[in-house]
Amino acid sequence: MTRFLVPLAIFIVLVAFLGIGLGLNPREVPSPLINKPAPAFQLPQLHRPDQTLSQQEMKGRVWLLNVWASWCVSCREEHPLLVEFARTNIVPVYGLNYKDKPDDALAWLKQFGDPYALSIVDRDGRVGIDYGVYGVPETFVIDKQGMIRYKQIGPITPEALQNKILPLVKELQS
Amino acid sequence: MRLVAVIIALFLTCAAAAENAVPTMADPVTNKRAVQLAEQLRCLVCQNQSIAESNAELAVDLRRQINEQIAQGRSDGEIVDFMVQRYGEFVLYRPPFKAVTLLLWLGPGLMLATGLAVLIYNLRRRRGQREEQPLSAEQQEQAELLLAAGPDHERQ
Repeated sequence: MTRFLVPLAIFIVLVAFLGIGLGLNPREVPSPLINKPAPAFQLPQLHRPDQTLSQQEMKGRVWLLNVWASWCVSCREEHPLLVEFARTNIVPVYGLNYKDKPDDALAWLKQFGDPYALSIVDRDGRVGIDYGVYGVPETFVIDKQGMIRYKQIGPITPEALQNKILPLVKELQS
Repeated sequence: MRLVAVIIALFLTCAAAAENAVPTMADPVTNKRAVQLAEQLRCLVCQNQSIAESNAELAVDLRRQINEQIAQGRSDGEIVDFMVQRYGEFVLYRPPFKAVTLLLWLGPGLMLATGLAVLIYNLRRRRGQREEQPLSAEQQEQAELLLAAGPDHERQ
């Protein structure tokens, strides 16, 4: 009897592991930047290129940094939710316009709506690299001390917003 | 023979293409260093390619980073650390040996050892079984009878 039980047990364990493996999303690589200070930047603003914004100016506030681009298809998918969410004024959303042409970016916001308190321009993607961006859109939740507390890889889904981002923002704001 | 030549030619073009993906630098030694570094790092966009092989935009940007940092005189270790700090240890094709990766590194050896142990155990047991069972006097008699009777009795 054990003759069959042992291979059967091994088989079941293997199937369990493979099953778990299938359920994981290989595209979601956990960011090493969670609970680390948000990398420094000083970038020109999209609407007013003569002015800049740095992460230093955001200290003392909880804010979201949403990486987006006009060439990014998933951003368009995410955009209505972001516009709607920005209207609630729960937390300011800042845009990091990633490797985009400013003209395209401005036209895109005009067409689909602008949820951002303001957008900053990362023309060559260097700040993106500092933030470990590897797929657009990505969204960071940054706390009052300037620490990254959460990273959403890919579009923000209504579930992620309700179950993860909103509770975390509330917790960080209190 | 011709087939072999074609296959070799194909491999050569692949190798050449891989090399082409890295912008060449003036100094061949530095260039080689940049390529070696890029080969160790996984591209996060197309996860089964290194940033030396990939032509994804991110890979191009990261190769540029490597080149710039080499030009700034940074060591290989510093450049790899730069990538790990931003993208995590997932970018390393050769993960470091530590508690979390213990199973990853030792797993294959462990499995081989287990397999060998099971094999040896089974072989021993089988040999033991064979030696331990001499025929009883009765069986011996029966066997001799059957042998003496010849093939006609086989079916009974």
